[in-house]
Amino acid sequence: MNPGRCAACRYLRRRCAEDCILSPYFPYNDPQRFVSVHKIHGASNVTKLLQQLPTHLRAKAADSLYFEAQCRVEDPVYGCVGLIFLLQQQIHSAESELAKTQAEIAVLKSQAQHTQAQPFEAESDVNNLLQEQLDNIANVSFSNQASSGFIN
Amino acid sequence: MGGSSPCASCKLLRRRCAKDCIFAPYFPSDDPHKFAIVHKVFGASNVSKMLQELPVHQRPDAVSSLVYEANARVRDPVYGCVGAISYLQNQVSQLQMQLAVAQAEILGIQMQQEPAMPTQIEQDDKSFPLATNYNLDNISQSLNFASSSNVIQDPALKRESLWT
Repeated sequence: MNPGRCAACRYLRRRCAEDCILSPYFPYNDPQRFVSVHKIHGASNVTKLLQQLPTHLRAKAADSLYFEAQCRVEDPVYGCVGLIFLLQQQIHSAESELAKTQAEIAVLKSQAQHTQAQPFEAESDVNNLLQEQLDNIANVSFSNQASSGFIN
Repeated sequence: MGGSSPCASCKLLRRRCAKDCIFAPYFPSDDPHKFAIVHKVFGASNVSKMLQELPVHQRPDAVSSLVYEANARVRDPVYGCVGAISYLQNQVSQLQMQLAVAQAEILGIQMQQEPAMPTQIEQDDKSFPLATNYNLDNISQSLNFASSSNVIQDPALKRESLWT
């Protein structure tokens, strides 16, 4: 028994060659990783896929295959496509919420501008009213003075 | 000479298409590419086992999702569907940030207008937690897919109707 066999060759009960293509991505200490991938994709398909890729991309490919296999094990009907659906729904909801919030901002800004314009008008109205009152008072006292003969 | 023509699966596998062939309802003979691509990525044997483990009413959706995944893998042999997931996750994050900024702006405006009144921002949860049952956080950290230039950016992903 060769203790140095990778998880794939152990599972497949075969000799693990020195140049075993699966060995770097399915280490012996994580047997479940290969079991999942083999169950969904099959060792043969995984081998062919990795062989077609340049070496520096194989690790990421193996990881993505494992992720997809895990999704499929957890959700045998939709696999990782279920997650895509969920994300699309989240995007749709977020876009709707964002549009609604931006509309609220537009309304609030519009209300704020209108409110800022009105206080100035009210102040000048009050000033005019006060001046009018003062004028009236002045006129009354003047006429009183005049009638009292104060002014010749 | 009677009998219907073999399904796409049995044609490709060059075998007799039995009356109870598990593939026949989902891989008709007029669409050979559909089975070819699923067989290439998953293998006929694995697909057969997967379908057998499902109740009949769930098999059409399972086949559709397998076809979708297989197509994604053929288009992007490195990332497959995971590339699409990474892209959509980024979109969700960006939208969440934009929403947070917009909500903060509303708060600011309201505080300017009525500083004495308590804030009336809607407190219902607008966060969109990602599907935790897929353990995305751990996968994303270990895979670091977001920066890949191979990420599929299919416009169809932005909207629903994945099924043809």
